[in-house]
Amino acid sequence: MWQYIIKRILGLIPLLLVISFVIFMFIHLIPGDPARLMAGKDATLEEVEEVRQSLGLHEPFVKQYISYMGNLLQGDLGYSIKSGAPVVDLILDRVMPTLGLTFLSIIWALVIGILIGVLSAVFRDKWPDRLGMLTAVSGISLPNFWLGLVLIQLFSVQLGLFPTGGDDAGWKSYILPSFALGAGIMAMIARFTRSSLVNTLKQEFIRTGRAKGLSGTSIVFGHALKNSLIPVVTVAGLQFGFLLGGSVVVETVFSFPGLGRLLIDSIQFRDYPVIQAEILFFSLQFILVNLLVDILYSYLNPKIRYD
Amino acid sequence: MMSKLQIETSTMEIPKVKSENRFLNFWRQFRKKKPALFSLYFVFLLLLTMVIGPHIVPYDPAEPNYNRLLEFPTLDHLFGTDEYGRDILSRIIVGARITLSVSVSAVLLGTVVGTVLGLVSGFFGKWVDKAIMRICDVLFAFPDLILAIGIVAILGPGVRNVIIAVAFFNIPSFARIVRGATLEVKEMLFVESARSVGASTTRIVWKHIFPETIPVIIVYFTMNVGTAILSAASLSFLGLGADPSSSDWGAMLSMSRDYIGSSFHLVFFPGLVIFLTVLAFNLLGDGLRDVLDPKTND
Repeated sequence: MWQYIIKRILGLIPLLLVISFVIFMFIHLIPGDPARLMAGKDATLEEVEEVRQSLGLHEPFVKQYISYMGNLLQGDLGYSIKSGAPVVDLILDRVMPTLGLTFLSIIWALVIGILIGVLSAVFRDKWPDRLGMLTAVSGISLPNFWLGLVLIQLFSVQLGLFPTGGDDAGWKSYILPSFALGAGIMAMIARFTRSSLVNTLKQEFIRTGRAKGLSGTSIVFGHALKNSLIPVVTVAGLQFGFLLGGSVVVETVFSFPGLGRLLIDSIQFRDYPVIQAEILFFSLQFILVNLLVDILYSYLNPKIRYD
Repeated sequence: MMSKLQIETSTMEIPKVKSENRFLNFWRQFRKKKPALFSLYFVFLLLLTMVIGPHIVPYDPAEPNYNRLLEFPTLDHLFGTDEYGRDILSRIIVGARITLSVSVSAVLLGTVVGTVLGLVSGFFGKWVDKAIMRICDVLFAFPDLILAIGIVAILGPGVRNVIIAVAFFNIPSFARIVRGATLEVKEMLFVESARSVGASTTRIVWKHIFPETIPVIIVYFTMNVGTAILSAASLSFLGLGADPSSSDWGAMLSMSRDYIGSSFHLVFFPGLVIFLTVLAFNLLGDGLRDVLDPKTND
């Protein structure tokens, strides 16, 4: 197992190098003069030069890359143009709300998604299946910003149960955004649980269980479900990217002070060091989660490790 | 392993489909999938709206009417009016053109580039394959919408750049799917016979392998249009896509969110139309997959 984990981590190094290069190139890909763009329309020549100097854009390309990588390895992501604060601090301030939000979304996406999937598989081709799968395909098709706005209208404006936005109300301010964020993944998980469980229920050992006289509940929850959840784990991991992208939108809808809103605010202010760092952070998170999913998958399904 | 199975199942099916037109055979199976069939009709309706929309709108979608601001839905204005007194239904009808053309052209661009990469990768193998798949890995390392936001942050907001951004994250998935299909087809007997009678590589790829991958491409194209509509609408909603004053559905939502609470219909209808459109493309994609790509079926 450890061998497999180490092999996987070493295998990521080239990918990480390429990604950090792509993200380093980010500022250089901006059409025109990035320093002028960041300094703003009304900036004087001196101000533009100041931005150029502070970002090191006057240095030769290779030197810029080396110092970028050096800083990166020391955890230095540069300074925000808008506030002058270190980018690392800005990001660390926003990490916890976003993590809480994504975590809560995944939790209830798993709980409700698996429940719908199990009901659909057990009552295959009957009305609970049709209803469950209709819910699932609707969940995939719902624009999460619209779902967020509908939830605000319903539960905040009409019923007054939850705040309309922000994160001042403790756990209450997490309920609606995490619901809006998790709906799509919930739907995916429901579909995969269903198809995976349907396949498992066709297998020999299930028939043996039935022949032995086990009850339906004990077959599904005691034997079949455990074997069906392996692909579900993979899907949940792969969909994590969807969650990261979604958090940008949902945080905007709910004025939620997380990483996603920071990204959108930074784009409006053309605060490129922050944008750059955020995209790096999002993709690192994505790669890390996929790695964890792979490891978990190989743990659950040892055949993979020896390929 | 996979290709052997493929040959076996295809020889098994031959007696059934013998001497039948491929399309008719497809249509006979597809017709039975009711949700997909209705979705197909809905998509046709949308395409029709794109073409004749501006000629059938009940009101001028751009004409403000300051006597009828923020009116709730009535018989005159079925979806109500917006903050300038414009008819929301008319704006949605006209907006179909911009919303759909952005998404469809983005997916089309991604499909073409991804398919070419996938064919080349699958057919030539070796270092070409490795290089292309590594590029895809890098693109896959960025979450879809984050990649799109990054591209728009570089290129600037606007419809053209949204198309490029959304096309970009369609490339790697198509490249992988088409590569997989190519690898399977490549091993089949008829490709070998083509090679043995001296067909050129380009001819084999273009005339023999590419046609076999078309069903898979159609399935994923349809499904990805749904996702692309959501992504493009999200970008517009974030203020990074279509001009906020245009009648793009995402932009309409972005402008109207300030009126939530007092005039909820401003938010409700554009979102509902996005939802139904994406739902139709997803159901259509599901139905097409069941018929055209049965091995990924449940």
